Amino acid sequence: MSSPAPRTAVLVDGCRLPFQRSGTGYEDLMAYDMGRMVLRGLLSRTGLSPERIDRVVMGSVIQDPETSNVARESALGAGIPHSVPAFTVTMACISSNQAFTSGMDLVRTGLADVVVAGGTETLSDPPIRVARPLRKRLFEARKAKGPADYVELLEGLRPSDLLPESPAIAEFSTGEVMGESADRLAAMFGVSREEQDAYALRSHRRAAEARDAGHLGPELHPATPPPHCEPITTDNVVRDDTSMEKLRSLPPAFVDPYGTVTAGNASALTDGASATLLMAEEVADAEGFAPQAALRDYTYVAQDPGTELLLGPAYAIPQVLDAAGLSLDDIDVVELHEAFAGQVLAVLEALQSDTFAQENLGRGSAVGAIDPDRLNAWGGSLSLGHPFGATGTRLVTTAAHRLHVEDGRWALVAACAAGGQGHALLLERRP
Amino acid sequence: MSTPLSLDTDRLRLTLDDTGVATAWLDAPSASVNKISQATLDGFSELIDTVEAHDDVRGLVLISDKPNSFVVGADLDMLSSFEMPAEARAVSRQAHRLVSRLQHLALPTVAAIHGACAGGGLELTLGCDYRIATTADTTTLSLPEVKLGLLPGGGGTQHLPRLIGVQQALTLILTGKNTYPEKARRLGLVDALIHPPGLHQAAVRAARELADGTRTVDRDGPSFGEQVLESNPLSRRIIYRQAGRRTESRTRGNYPAPPRILDAVRTGMEEGLDAGLDAEMRHFGDLVFTPESNALVQVFFAKQGGEKNPLADQARPVETVGVLGAGLMGAGIAQVTAENGLEAVLKDQTLDLAAQGKRRIWAAAHREKEKGIINRFERDQRVERVVPTGDYDLLHSCDLVIEAVPEDLDLKHQVLSDTEAVIAPDTVFASNTSSLPISEIAAAAEHPERVVGMHYFSPVPDIPLLEVIATDATSEAALATAVDAGLAQGMTVIVVNDGPGFYTTRILALYMNEALHLLDAGADVPTVDTMMKDFGFPMGPFELFDFVGLDVAGKITEVMRDRLPSDRLDISDTAERLADADLLGQKSHEGFYHYTPTAADDEPERGDFNEAIYDVVAPANGSTPSADTVQNRLALMMVNEAVRCLDEGVLRSPTDGDLGAVFGLGFPPFRGGPFRYVDQEGAGAIVHRLRDLAERYGDRFRPAESLQACASDNRCFYE
Repeated sequence: MSSPAPRTAVLVDGCRLPFQRSGTGYEDLMAYDMGRMVLRGLLSRTGLSPERIDRVVMGSVIQDPETSNVARESALGAGIPHSVPAFTVTMACISSNQAFTSGMDLVRTGLADVVVAGGTETLSDPPIRVARPLRKRLFEARKAKGPADYVELLEGLRPSDLLPESPAIAEFSTGEVMGESADRLAAMFGVSREEQDAYALRSHRRAAEARDAGHLGPELHPATPPPHCEPITTDNVVRDDTSMEKLRSLPPAFVDPYGTVTAGNASALTDGASATLLMAEEVADAEGFAPQAALRDYTYVAQDPGTELLLGPAYAIPQVLDAAGLSLDDIDVVELHEAFAGQVLAVLEALQSDTFAQENLGRGSAVGAIDPDRLNAWGGSLSLGHPFGATGTRLVTTAAHRLHVEDGRWALVAACAAGGQGHALLLERRP
Repeated sequence: MSTPLSLDTDRLRLTLDDTGVATAWLDAPSASVNKISQATLDGFSELIDTVEAHDDVRGLVLISDKPNSFVVGADLDMLSSFEMPAEARAVSRQAHRLVSRLQHLALPTVAAIHGACAGGGLELTLGCDYRIATTADTTTLSLPEVKLGLLPGGGGTQHLPRLIGVQQALTLILTGKNTYPEKARRLGLVDALIHPPGLHQAAVRAARELADGTRTVDRDGPSFGEQVLESNPLSRRIIYRQAGRRTESRTRGNYPAPPRILDAVRTGMEEGLDAGLDAEMRHFGDLVFTPESNALVQVFFAKQGGEKNPLADQARPVETVGVLGAGLMGAGIAQVTAENGLEAVLKDQTLDLAAQGKRRIWAAAHREKEKGIINRFERDQRVERVVPTGDYDLLHSCDLVIEAVPEDLDLKHQVLSDTEAVIAPDTVFASNTSSLPISEIAAAAEHPERVVGMHYFSPVPDIPLLEVIATDATSEAALATAVDAGLAQGMTVIVVNDGPGFYTTRILALYMNEALHLLDAGADVPTVDTMMKDFGFPMGPFELFDFVGLDVAGKITEVMRDRLPSDRLDISDTAERLADADLLGQKSHEGFYHYTPTAADDEPERGDFNEAIYDVVAPANGSTPSADTVQNRLALMMVNEAVRCLDEGVLRSPTDGDLGAVFGLGFPPFRGGPFRYVDQEGAGAIVHRLRDLAERYGDRFRPAESLQACASDNRCFYE
């Protein structure tokens, strides 16, 4: 739980590259490329002199060994001076939430005046490794002197050892694939396949409407990836043509044949990057920047990854509300990460459940219901896409924009993550 | 531990370490770089005396104490001060002796090279037994004398071919190009590479090991193929002949240095070192006194002088440059901006158009990456400095906005007011136009004081000249900012006052117009082009029309016709008529010549003369005047108008006039520019020729006032 802060951190601006289904617009880029592009975009739209930045923090999940501190390489590539330290944080799907709140902490405690926080992720180019027995021999091969040594190294190597291994999106501690967890969570809270498909459809519809109404444009920095530099100006994950019939026809993706999570009601593999500019409120005022929102309470929670992998928001949300003395009714804008439709609906169920409140939160009655009209009104990870390390700062950026468009005061951001962890953050509109 | 050994010279310091290795630190007093001057040569003689006299010195290291250079070459002031060839020959002889003494020292000598090692500096290292260079980007080895109309006079034409082979040596000496560390090691020009901080230690160790005999010099040298070709006098003759032909086709006999270089190298290889050194010395003495070398040296000085902004303290700092229009010109401006570490917002009507400009910039950076000049990250970083956009919004943070939209006054007015609506009050607005008067563009400005002209030349990355144009209303701050930005973009900057076509376009337009008069009178196009290339222009006037585009030339003609006094000018409308017939030049692949399209972004290849122009103009009638007449009509038209620009206050100095003509228009550098050319030929002779032309071809050749004044007072434009 965060303690009262000596300084107020504010969100000045945020933007992201249009999110692209993996293997499409950004398929030839490294996460570093997208990180560089989005930082440059943030600098050019804010007019911030890069010398002014005190720290760069970025989230990323799938690490490219060439750029393991991807924040640093992205910052240097974007022309941020080499004298500005940069670090990368990883916390699964809430990596850039952690980047963002790390930035908040630096600002609040006076360790920094200006922080850039963001995230970048490519799922088009996961690091494929050779099997351990082969890796071990390749490592030893560095010491090999002649042909005899090489022959010796090959001894005991099986053909199957030559197959490459690609990383699975599975819990290391439980071995469970995340889709299975979501499937189980939906069942636990009695969320039907029909409800999940309906929620997914709603997400796509809202994203398309928001795009057509021009709500998403202002938070996008068009990408022009070399060598062709053809502009990419819109998200391509959203499916304008989806329908209940199409969603209903999809087979379960993880639990065969009776599971309820399908490719249609789960978030898709996505490439993208996002970035935000944080400042101390007094610094923003003094230097003529117009903040969009003040950053209030935030929290992180963690549960048993075996049973409640994706339920983090149900624990985190009441914590920040209590800390701010607010109830869900006070919240005008909710941006909740949509890893799976089933996970979103399970969280909503848990928040409304007296039993869950009594047994798991130690409170007498339910936290409350989230007004569906206030929830993810411009679409969510299901429809906009979910580049793991970049989603968190997208949620914050959209929440702040919605506060202004929808004329609200309080926004709540919440997200779940692999490892059984969760996060919630409150923003208050400025001015 | 090292102890100083005392020397009388102030050019270098000598220290001796306790293993017996001496280090000579080259460090010219109160100068930022070391140069080869009389004092340097004397200092070296004393150094060698001292080393010879000290029995306990076992090895010698030569290293610079300057942070970023070894020795940048000969002191040009020394060369300019020579009054007769014998003085130049004497210095050359002295350098020969020095190199020979270094070579014959009984102890190992090691040159430790970091930063620029050029001309006499490189020749000095050729006297050493061993060369180590740093891997720094700033480390370059070159013999650039040819660019100044000279040859290496310190034994370079003799020792370099013996070290790296005749073919490689000829390439280096005849082009004057830089050799970078990795290449230098492959050529055998240096023996080892090291990071800068380890240079001195490594050189000392090399000297010690060479003295101990624990290290021997093991050089790659010329390739097998090169060795075969260079192994006997007969096949070497082929090499000389080929090099001679290549140089001749490039220089058309206008530059005296290359044939002398070839002769010195050949003499040395075929008749022995001493004969070669004699030839080199003799040629050096002669070349220093050629008008060509003199002109090239003066252009060099002028360019160097132009690297400072006299108004620097009034400039506002420029971090971000906005560029409107992402065509060839706009993208070129954004490219040099990004290449030099500034940020650029590249705006066109749509993001798609702007992104095409970024694509060009990426392609140029990628070519450099493929050549190993920059790495992948540097490429990415450079290109990321360019943000393409279709909106004006992103210009809000620009310190300077340069418009490069098509040459249409209404359009220029429109973008000016659209830009002023978003930029900060102190942002400078520059118009990149080649002909429209800046004051007419500024007429639409809310703040005319911040409007300035920045006239770039296409292709911008290849032509490093910027003509900055001030109107009566332009503020000093705006002018200073534009000059600063141009210098930051790596340009040679001249400042001129506003007027039709400013300076460069005006004198070029009249030169081109004269070519059209020749054409209209039935002259043969390829013949005229050849004559002007023989005069020293990089391309003929009709090739230039095709390059610029007949439509663009026609537009310029229109501007000039409306705005320059018609009583003394006779402007041909042939360019416009050709453009109307869709003969646009390279862009339509049909102009005065046929063009074959090549790969994207490359210049199309020139083919034969295009007979189709005879549908528009009368065919050639075999009446092409003599080369002399053609060259005089065209070149003197340009020269005379340049002087008029000075008389009218468009030009602020003859130096700017020469720089603009040489770097922007390809005026023959060995003639030094229009003003230097007048001085060299004599104002009286020029006036005489102009009067003669005026009699034959009309009043447009009437000599400019100050030209007549110079002639009658027997004065020069340069003191």
